[in-house]
Amino acid sequence: MSAFSAIGEETEQDQNEFTPGLEPQPTWCPGCGDFGVLKALKGAAAELGLSPDEMMVTTGIGCSGKLNSYFNSYGFHTIHGRSLPIARAAKLANPGLTVVAAGGDGDGYGIGGNHFMHTARENHDITYIVFNNEIFGLTKGQTSPTSPMGHKSKTQPHGSAKTPLRPLSMSLNAGASYVARTAAVNPNQAKDIIVEAIQHDGFSHVDFLTQCPTWNKDARQYVPYIDINDSEDYEFDNTNRSEASEMMFETENALHEGTVLTGRYYVDEDRPSYQQEKQRIGEMPEEPLAERYFDDSYEWERTFDNFLDKHK
Amino acid sequence: MTDHELIWRIAGGSGDGIASTSQNFAKALMRAGLHVFTHRHYPSRIRGGHTYTEVRVSADPVKSRGDGYNFLLALGDSFARNPSEGAYYGNEEIKPLSENLDELNEGGVIVYDSGLLDASEIEDFDERVEENNWHVYDIDLRTIAREHGREVMRNTAGVAVTCAIADIEPDVIKSLMSDAMPDKILEPNLTVFDDAYEMVQEEYDVEAPDVSAPTGEHDEEQVLLSGSDAIAYGAIDEGCRFIAGYPMTPWTEVFTIMTQNLPELGGISEQVEDEIAAAALAIGASHAGVKAMSGSSGGGFSLMSEPLGLAEITETPLVLVEAMRAGPSTGMPTKPEQSDLEHVLYTSQGDSHRIVFAPGTAAEAYYQTRKAFQIAYEYQIPSIVLYDQKLGGELSNVPASVFDEEPNADLGSVLTEAELEDAPHDDSGKYQRFQHDTENGVSPRSLPGQKGGRYLATGNEHMPAGHISESPENRVAQMNRRMQKVDNIRAELDADGEFNTVYGDEDADLGLITFGSQQGTVEEAADVLNEKGHSVKVLGVSEMMPFPKQQVADFLDSVDEALVVEMTASAQFRGLISKELGGYGDQMSSLLKYNGNPFEPADIVEGFETALLEGEELPDNRTKFVPKVGE
Repeated sequence: MSAFSAIGEETEQDQNEFTPGLEPQPTWCPGCGDFGVLKALKGAAAELGLSPDEMMVTTGIGCSGKLNSYFNSYGFHTIHGRSLPIARAAKLANPGLTVVAAGGDGDGYGIGGNHFMHTARENHDITYIVFNNEIFGLTKGQTSPTSPMGHKSKTQPHGSAKTPLRPLSMSLNAGASYVARTAAVNPNQAKDIIVEAIQHDGFSHVDFLTQCPTWNKDARQYVPYIDINDSEDYEFDNTNRSEASEMMFETENALHEGTVLTGRYYVDEDRPSYQQEKQRIGEMPEEPLAERYFDDSYEWERTFDNFLDKHK
Repeated sequence: MTDHELIWRIAGGSGDGIASTSQNFAKALMRAGLHVFTHRHYPSRIRGGHTYTEVRVSADPVKSRGDGYNFLLALGDSFARNPSEGAYYGNEEIKPLSENLDELNEGGVIVYDSGLLDASEIEDFDERVEENNWHVYDIDLRTIAREHGREVMRNTAGVAVTCAIADIEPDVIKSLMSDAMPDKILEPNLTVFDDAYEMVQEEYDVEAPDVSAPTGEHDEEQVLLSGSDAIAYGAIDEGCRFIAGYPMTPWTEVFTIMTQNLPELGGISEQVEDEIAAAALAIGASHAGVKAMSGSSGGGFSLMSEPLGLAEITETPLVLVEAMRAGPSTGMPTKPEQSDLEHVLYTSQGDSHRIVFAPGTAAEAYYQTRKAFQIAYEYQIPSIVLYDQKLGGELSNVPASVFDEEPNADLGSVLTEAELEDAPHDDSGKYQRFQHDTENGVSPRSLPGQKGGRYLATGNEHMPAGHISESPENRVAQMNRRMQKVDNIRAELDADGEFNTVYGDEDADLGLITFGSQQGTVEEAADVLNEKGHSVKVLGVSEMMPFPKQQVADFLDSVDEALVVEMTASAQFRGLISKELGGYGDQMSSLLKYNGNPFEPADIVEGFETALLEGEELPDNRTKFVPKVGE
């Protein structure tokens, strides 16, 4: 019998299950795009029949980090940029958990950029939602890694001399096996994408455009948006890496020219997840490691029997 | 045979098999019933450069590398750099011979490979040989090796020559070679061995060996292992089945041993992008219910400062090991020092608390690593095992029975789902995982996936269910509770009373105080001092945090004054004692060593007699004396 009975339990969930009974109202500013992420995640979790006790949501620091306070599940509000290494270890320790990591664009593409690149490369079976508002919000409006060139702020008074980072291209090149972009103003697409991302066996990266009405007033509200998978203007095969790459490049350019493109950019269903690769080479047990500590019949190995001979 | 000690130094270049040859030599002599202790000296370089390993061999237990050495086997350096005189690093080709003469004791033996080394390149070689009464054997080991095998087998030829001169039974070495070497290379190596051995027997008078190996017998079975082995085995026996790390000398050894052993134990090892990730992964795995560890050396540990604080405030059990080397910054990567002490005790923002053990021997490394896990998981606090390149890398024989202990995979203060049903929850259905009032400061945790256990872990100050809170009342309650755990751990360690070591006569007048890996060396120095008529005892401290205030104060109260011995340049350990005890500065002087080499017992004897007792200057800058406050 599992020591973690919430995992895989058949449940019919209402999305209200994921709203904390106490303090259900987020403290994000009115009109903030972060509400869209919360709503989409609740909807996706309910649609997938997940229970709050089998989900672990890790976050970094910033407005996005408050997600843990408003989404009722196991949560780990970590430190700036470090939600991914904590998330992927929890998944390796107990693969039955549904693990979702979240953070802002500064958190994920700036200070946590190295973790992002390597988590994508390794293709851990987790979902990563980046609240991309092209600005540092909670610290009051500084230029971020995705802010457009020329962006003026108190820390870039003459306008940023840096070109913005390309999150989708970076993700693809690093090795993510599911890459999508959605926007807070597009709730149905956002929910569907998060459902797919959680179901995907491997690293799913969702670049979630979240408007910041307080500190990024100049930015568009990411409307109107175009869904590239539905639009006849954009023909491409999102299982083809080269075509995906071109589409991403075009999308990243278009955003700063006023056109908001969204959708599923790359889907590789064939690539095994990191966990599967690790099991294939014999470096990860088939049974969840976390269960072993509750298994009274397990005979724990010891040095005296296993390792001393080579020292004699 | 005689009963005196052999301290054998094999010297050459990195990449020439010095480490494996010396390890086999040490193990063979351990099997023959002797006590052994090794010391490794190597550069941060893959191929070439001044490298040696010493193997001290004695009929009685040994606790350090000893003083100097008495048998040099100088092999060539296959990868020596530019031999021009004016080069930054001088003539490297001759270094296996020239660099090792200063520490060779009077009457010692020199065997050098005349196929690769030319003693006439050393200006005053003959004078020094005569002056020191050294016995020189110039033997073309390379040619012997080439005749029956390959040039690299000159190591084997050198070991055979050692056996012939030092009167070591050839079978002692040959049987170990049979165990250690694959068939393909075993035969030629055995032939090389026999050839070299017979050649010495025929051409030299070895009837009266100049320096010979002792004989002995163990009263119980021994194993040859390093501090790094012992730390890894301690972790494994505590049920640690997850490690994450990034390579860095000298911590890499523990990481490698764990990584090579975990697959057969159904565990997981993760080599990750940096040390921030490494510590964060250990936190993530531990949070999810797996006993986990990470570690690094100074520079990598700097990156762990941030996750360390996160583990503390989220009360996630975390075990780290820190293998010190000489700093600051990249410093001297392969040289030991203890100067990360303050770094490890205090890094990370805020009023942070952790448990730090600094074991003194391989056996202590095993027990203290186990204790570090027990405390981390019971009290939900970071525990750190602090050691250094010396303890991590030196091999010594340890009774096998040390490891004859039951495994303990207990997760500590964790609730089961059944227990969670009766535990307090808030109106959102969240388990109150950080309750204010608990018996010993510990509020038991739940694990993700457990029904009824969900809560929020956060690096922010938080209320009982984990939600962020800046309420003054809550802040003080949570801070006090977390600090209370440290007091309770101190009380538990006092009750155990087994980790700090007092050595010598209780009534001695003078004290030597040290911590971590210097313990054995300091004890040997005390033996010498007492033989010379002084009255000295030793306190070796392993519990660095929470500090054993009472025990250290009692020790200081019982002696007239004390010499604090540590491998730092700024007397960090003495500073710790003064800070923790709020005084005693006028009773403690320091002997420091920070030149890249660990103390030898004679350094301490000299510092004690010359500087502390006689008040005279030390003859050179190998060590530094810092007098007590007021002098």
